[in-house]
Amino acid sequence: MKDLGSTLLREEAFEEIVIGNTAVARAMVEAGVRSATSYPGSPTPEIAEALAAMDADRRPLRFEFSTNEKVATEVAFGSALNGHLSVVFFKSVGLNVAADSFVQLSLMDIPGGLVVVLGDDPGANSSQNEQDNRHYARMAYVPVLEPAGAQEAYDFFKLAARIARERHTVVILRLTTHVCHAKEKVRFAAWKPEPFDPTARFDPELQNYVPIAASVFPLKRRALERLADLASDPLALSADRVDDAGNRKRGVIVAGNAYLSLLDALAEAREKPDVLKLGLVHPLPAAHVREFLAAHEEVKILEELDPVLETEIKALAYDAGLRTRIIGKLGVDELMGEHVPSAVLRIMAAAWPDLYDAPPPEALPAVAAPRPAQLCPGCGHRSAFYAVKKALKDEDITVADIGCHTLGHLPPYRMGRVLLSMGHSTATASGLALFNKERRVACFIGDSTLFHAGLPGIANAVYNQHDVLLIVMENGTTAMTGHQDHPGTGRNWNGDTTKLSVRAALEGLGVANIREVDAYQQAKLTGMVREALAEPGFKVVIARHPCMLKFTRDQRRKLKAAWKPKHVRIDQDACTKAHECVERFGCPSFQIHDGRAVTVNEDLCIGDGSCRQTCPSGAIVEKLGGAE
Amino acid sequence: MIGKFDIYIAGVGGQGIGLLSEALIRAVDCAGMIAKGCDTHGLAQRGGSVSSHVRVGADARSPLVSEGSADLVIALERHEAVSAGRKYLKEGGTLLWFDASWQPLDVRLGKARAAAESDVDEVVALRKGTVVRVDGDGLPDPRMQNVAMLAAVCRRGLVPGLSLAHARSALSDLMAGSALEANLALLAD
Repeated sequence: MKDLGSTLLREEAFEEIVIGNTAVARAMVEAGVRSATSYPGSPTPEIAEALAAMDADRRPLRFEFSTNEKVATEVAFGSALNGHLSVVFFKSVGLNVAADSFVQLSLMDIPGGLVVVLGDDPGANSSQNEQDNRHYARMAYVPVLEPAGAQEAYDFFKLAARIARERHTVVILRLTTHVCHAKEKVRFAAWKPEPFDPTARFDPELQNYVPIAASVFPLKRRALERLADLASDPLALSADRVDDAGNRKRGVIVAGNAYLSLLDALAEAREKPDVLKLGLVHPLPAAHVREFLAAHEEVKILEELDPVLETEIKALAYDAGLRTRIIGKLGVDELMGEHVPSAVLRIMAAAWPDLYDAPPPEALPAVAAPRPAQLCPGCGHRSAFYAVKKALKDEDITVADIGCHTLGHLPPYRMGRVLLSMGHSTATASGLALFNKERRVACFIGDSTLFHAGLPGIANAVYNQHDVLLIVMENGTTAMTGHQDHPGTGRNWNGDTTKLSVRAALEGLGVANIREVDAYQQAKLTGMVREALAEPGFKVVIARHPCMLKFTRDQRRKLKAAWKPKHVRIDQDACTKAHECVERFGCPSFQIHDGRAVTVNEDLCIGDGSCRQTCPSGAIVEKLGGAE
Repeated sequence: MIGKFDIYIAGVGGQGIGLLSEALIRAVDCAGMIAKGCDTHGLAQRGGSVSSHVRVGADARSPLVSEGSADLVIALERHEAVSAGRKYLKEGGTLLWFDASWQPLDVRLGKARAAAESDVDEVVALRKGTVVRVDGDGLPDPRMQNVAMLAAVCRRGLVPGLSLAHARSALSDLMAGSALEANLALLAD
């Protein structure tokens, strides 16, 4: 599959080995989605990568990376109001950002239909928590379909789109990290491109679209009735299945990726319980569940994260007067982490100790040093942290935001020691600066995050006169999620556009005290931070350097065969083993031998030279003549 | 037909582990076996540990390999070979590793000892397995170590039923031009 884009636009049925995210992109094409929006966040960005791979002239839908998840949701809502099937996708915590608008959606008649694709992250593989977004679905009366793997992600997206379109409503397709990234051979159906009717069909007479006070209630009633009705809709219920092992004693109710882990875990079991696998997880398909409970003496509820199904199923059993023994979560450990096969095996053995003869194989205890993520060689943030740290005292307080620069909290920098969410840094720092004359407060934010959710905190700091230094770590991209453009780059997903200036945005918000410097100019940056911290009120230093991972890749792509690797080397005669490069600058290219001599790993070093100014004896020198 | 054969691949972000697992899954498919898997992305670009799971056979259902269950562990770096071997290698399994060293943070800061070849051998001995060490001697470009490892897997018959011809078909399905030519040379019979 050399050409992903043309593969995904094939008109005949085909099979291909793809990840769940890619399968969802094809499902969008087949389902007739016309508008898709997102904000980049793991585990979902590959959906956009798959859309980007399609030839723009043949791609049947419009896509944008919006400035944040709430905006993306609103754009999707608006296009769906006009009658166009729309989809919005983002990561788990993105729903917190989108929530203010998201919770209103079930009150609305949405003629085009709207699918919200969530990338939840049990195990917190790349998120600040592992929140279970089924709670939001319950709060907002929105149905949820939950696939187990890539094939089902494709099948269930199409099902979600059909329900959303037929019922003029919003449906969640809840993916989790290892559904998004699970790779398998998926069977795709044929696709017949349909001509697009761009007519704007928004009709304010269709319902009252302005819910306020008493006018909320008829809309809420309809939302509740629509949800209840879906629990008995054959189309929605077609997502559920029963694996009948003929076991009338024991059964398991499971959903999502945990189902596949369960199948692995049961391979070694002495008996096979029956399994009810739910595809529709909200509203609870009560008839299926009631029937399954009634047919078994004991039923284990196997669900990742919080006991959402368990609570509903126990209530249902009580109301139905069923005597089935229902085994839910046994301890807090079962509310934490991913339900990978080994975890499910432990959970099943805890529920039914007689299920296994032998204990499962286990890992040997770790001995090698862990390898946390770190700033890349050449990263401007490393220079910035190194320089800023010199201007601060140990007791000063630093606040991180979300992005690559969050990694500054790790040794050796230890910068940005508290983190909540996207864009929080200025306001959290403002609170830390209250009543505080002794410990100065500095906070960080990246450029993509600044446009995402950083602006209100900055406006507040100006308006309420907080005594805080904000350091904008501007690298010209959304680096951590794969180098997506943002409003400050001059490009959007579809081409060139207006470039929003960070400085002009700050000035527009009334920030009077702004300094700018290239992050590689370490002495100058240190001096600027010292000066700024001595001044009262809210002040900003913009520490700018392009993302060097992106820069190096672009150079390599542009120059092709003419591209030559660049490196630094250590002049061993000049090196005094002060280890400033290893211990304080901390570029991963520097390797240490028997605790003394330093060398450069040329697989890592990009020859940017930002390290050279840190060496007290000038022993880091440009390596001439390319690779050794 | 294999019931289940589990492969765990470990390396450092930037070593090209994604291409290795993609090529391996497609090679298994070319060989007529069922393949599935999963890359664990995390913060892959930042030089942290990255891994891929490849599962062969109809009895493998989850995309993830379980701890202590891998028939084959492939590691592209020495510290990762030790960690991955201890966590995933099953009793009697094979550990194939590329002898490069990218020191983790704690090693560079002097807080942890650097891994040695003997540490890799010790893991495999504890698991009563087989160790295969590969180095970069004769490799035209260090970035081709991922394909060199694919060649080693096929040449030594480490995945039952998988041959160099399957690997060549898989790679031809993924790339073209001079990059393909250079990599196919590593996969010659």
